[in-house]
Amino acid sequence: MTQLALVIDLNVCVGCQACVTSCKEWNTSGEAGPLVDLRPYDADPTGTFFNRVQTFEVGEYPNTETVHFPKSCLHCEEPPCVPVCPTGASYKREEDGIVLVDYDKCIGCKYCSWACPYGVREVDAKRKVMTKCTLCVDRIYDETLPEWDRKPACVRACPTNARLFGDVHDPDSEVSTAIRENGGYQLMPEWGTKPANHYLPRHKTRITVREDELERSDNPLRIDSKLPKPDRDEPSLDDVTSW
Amino acid sequence: MHPAFSVIFLTTLIGAGQGLFIALFLVESLGLLGMAPMQNGTFFALGILASLILLGLGLFASFFHLGRPERAWRTATKWRTSWLSREVIVLPAFMGVVFLYGLAHWLNFNPTLFTLPGDRAVLATVALGAAGTLLAVALYVSTAMIYAAVKFLQEWHSPLTVVNYTVLGAASGFTLATAYAAWSGAQLVPVLASIAIVLTLLGLGTRIASLIRNARIKPKSTLQTAIGIKHPRIVQKSQGFMGGSFNTREFFHHKSDGFVRAVKWIFLIAAFAIPTVLLAVSLLMTVDPTSVLIAAALIQYLGLIAERWFFFAQANHPQNLYYQSVS
Repeated sequence: MTQLALVIDLNVCVGCQACVTSCKEWNTSGEAGPLVDLRPYDADPTGTFFNRVQTFEVGEYPNTETVHFPKSCLHCEEPPCVPVCPTGASYKREEDGIVLVDYDKCIGCKYCSWACPYGVREVDAKRKVMTKCTLCVDRIYDETLPEWDRKPACVRACPTNARLFGDVHDPDSEVSTAIRENGGYQLMPEWGTKPANHYLPRHKTRITVREDELERSDNPLRIDSKLPKPDRDEPSLDDVTSW
Repeated sequence: MHPAFSVIFLTTLIGAGQGLFIALFLVESLGLLGMAPMQNGTFFALGILASLILLGLGLFASFFHLGRPERAWRTATKWRTSWLSREVIVLPAFMGVVFLYGLAHWLNFNPTLFTLPGDRAVLATVALGAAGTLLAVALYVSTAMIYAAVKFLQEWHSPLTVVNYTVLGAASGFTLATAYAAWSGAQLVPVLASIAIVLTLLGLGTRIASLIRNARIKPKSTLQTAIGIKHPRIVQKSQGFMGGSFNTREFFHHKSDGFVRAVKWIFLIAAFAIPTVLLAVSLLMTVDPTSVLIAAALIQYLGLIAERWFFFAQANHPQNLYYQSVS
């Protein structure tokens, strides 16, 4: 069974918000209608977004680290938002595991947003229905696009390649390999929601250089200099070693 | 959570309506058993009308919670998994039975449906009343389970939520029934007021139990599990936007801690202490206690509105971990 998902590399994300704007642009232009922006240039603006990049500071000054943290629907394998829906508008697709809202069935009761611990469902203030990340379901299957372009808008926009997209149930996929080899983890595992999206942890890249390595390979003259130098006028094997 | 008045009115109004119906059916049962004076059809019909008005107002209020109320009929489809769907089915079914029960009394149409062994005749109103009582209990459970079933809201995820919705709804219904009995001149004030006092005190006990439980809750989710970084000190520097969003509006009450604490004391006094005293006073009064009992019912209802507001405001959703700092 396929389970499409995003894998987000926190080690690479620079918090540029390109995925946020790209997501908004793609999803506000789709067939489902625009994602509302109320009072965009006024006091107290508000709007619907499927994707946010947040920033956290980890540690105590001066040993702090800034973590940029993109957050969108995690397309849980046990989505708690689905069974609570009274109309069946909230559902998980059998064929690829994407959690979707049928905007024509949703009554806007907000119950599914209560049942999501991640806060990734937003009621659109104008459409009056629950909206959420669709993994760009209207893009990834679009055969009019070239194959390399059939990825979610956020993935295509990321300048540092921090967002990977693929089938986490296929052990040989790019995302599964990344999760396996780079310690990919899920958010709030304590609730048993089994999010399909994974995050790759931050890590420090260090090269261990030993003293003798510097002496011999990177600075050989310090050793060579201890050797006796031949005189200028002494015969040599070739011209190279002579002064 | 953000307390929405549509839901506050829905749950308190139908809770009182269900309690009033149960009280009226109890009056009829006691009358048939000869343990209380039997009332005429008009008494029941008028009482049922009041119950139906409460239920109808609650149903009306619930529509204001929906973004697309014109699609509300769809909510009846997922009763296998959703308590909200179950409530939407049980509420109209209950209202239908209550209406038939009142109609039968109003028309004095009360044939014997069948006879139980031992020559006990089962009247139509008794069968309707029993069915209605079962549905009333089912409705209490469905309404409360909508909240108790959401495991992420740890303040709600407890059997005490179901107990409180049931007992508090029944208590307000019985206080109302006592006031109605006094107003209509029925000799029922002692029995109904006693039951209302017992239910109100029981509700005080179960509500305090849930307050104690909720004060000791250890949140299951932390900032560490929310973003998956194992460091004791993590501070959010930006939630990703400076304007408002659904996430910053829906999941927080936007009131000070002092305000929330004040509401707690208001509901403890108005929903429990004052009604208990007024009901007890009515038992001792030698003059007509109608005005005292109407005051008791009104104050208790207002107290329950505060109680429901506090119920929502107290619940802390784990998604708030992601929305703590604007910039």
